[in-house]
Amino acid sequence: MIEIQSQMSERAVELLGLPEDQPCFLLDVGCGSGLSGDYISEEGHHWVGMDISSAMLDVAMEREVEGDLILADMGQGIPFRPGMFDGCVSISAVQWLCNADKKTHSPPKRLYRFFSTLYSALARGSRAILQLYPENSEQLELITAQAMKAGFTGGMVVDYPNSAKAKKFFLCLFVGTAGALPKALGAECADGEESQQAKFTNERTRFRNAKGKSVKKSRDWVLEKKERRRRQGKEVRADTRYTGRKRRPRF
Amino acid sequence: MKLLTHNMLTSHVRGVRPGGGFPLRIQATEVKVNNVDFNQEFVARMIPKVEWGALVEAAESLGHLSDLPHELPPEYENNEDFLRKVHHVLLEVEVMEGILKCPDSGREFPITKGIPNMLLSEEET
Repeated sequence: MIEIQSQMSERAVELLGLPEDQPCFLLDVGCGSGLSGDYISEEGHHWVGMDISSAMLDVAMEREVEGDLILADMGQGIPFRPGMFDGCVSISAVQWLCNADKKTHSPPKRLYRFFSTLYSALARGSRAILQLYPENSEQLELITAQAMKAGFTGGMVVDYPNSAKAKKFFLCLFVGTAGALPKALGAECADGEESQQAKFTNERTRFRNAKGKSVKKSRDWVLEKKERRRRQGKEVRADTRYTGRKRRPRF
Repeated sequence: MKLLTHNMLTSHVRGVRPGGGFPLRIQATEVKVNNVDFNQEFVARMIPKVEWGALVEAAESLGHLSDLPHELPPEYENNEDFLRKVHHVLLEVEVMEGILKCPDSGREFPITKGIPNMLLSEEET
């Protein structure tokens, strides 16, 4: 397990895209016993780690990690001044925000508190790379929605999407600059350019219901019905920009 | 807790006015000095991020001011002597036991074994 953690830390730092040969100041959220921190130190960067478990932090102290450690709950906010960090990594920690450990906890609020304070604590142009294990797609959507609300751009990079064992989710968030998402590993597509990455855009998506059919009476539905009748050989008017347009309420 | 980290920590209790939770006043009962490799570039890059007044105040309260000037000298990037002094104060002085006090609200965050406890109660979030 230590090997996997170390590999994920390496991949996370790689995704950070830090300038070469420049020692940076990073935040490790959910640093635990400092496994990822050790890798960050090896790369020559300085770091500060936060974790909610004092037991894990004690282990980190015993291992004499180089980074400073803070006992804190990420859902309560990142207690740092604005623009302090050149980047943030997190290995297998953020999904814990989705569990409501206490009755008074509200996961969306805690997620938003975490992301908004993280956004402010990061310097302009830096990134946050959060490796997580989402339980289901609803959790993933909740997390990404709160991240977007907090002002981040970016998206999910999924390494080895076709392997159940090796599949890893990295939520790559950018502060300020909308850069291109890094390429995922092991994404050999069977045909064509199917993108394995979920991008955040402001485009509105067309809605289809659960059966995959268009919503009845919408413009899509009208166009599909006309196609169907053409195939049946019936006489159908041509499609123009007025096809399926909204009529006055009197209709 | 190194002084570099202390310089960036603020109180995140709900209701604290922006900027009011910084700098946290240190009341240290145990301070340690380590040896950390000097990296000139890193120190020079960190200086603009550091709140100089708060750093001097914190170093003084620990008794480790070690002739650090009260004002940031204009040309510090190539002044290796100065950068070494800054390096010592930022990265080599560590508070092992003590208390961090919020200047506005007086809320105290204890430091044990070098780790500050920033956990908040339910009312504070």
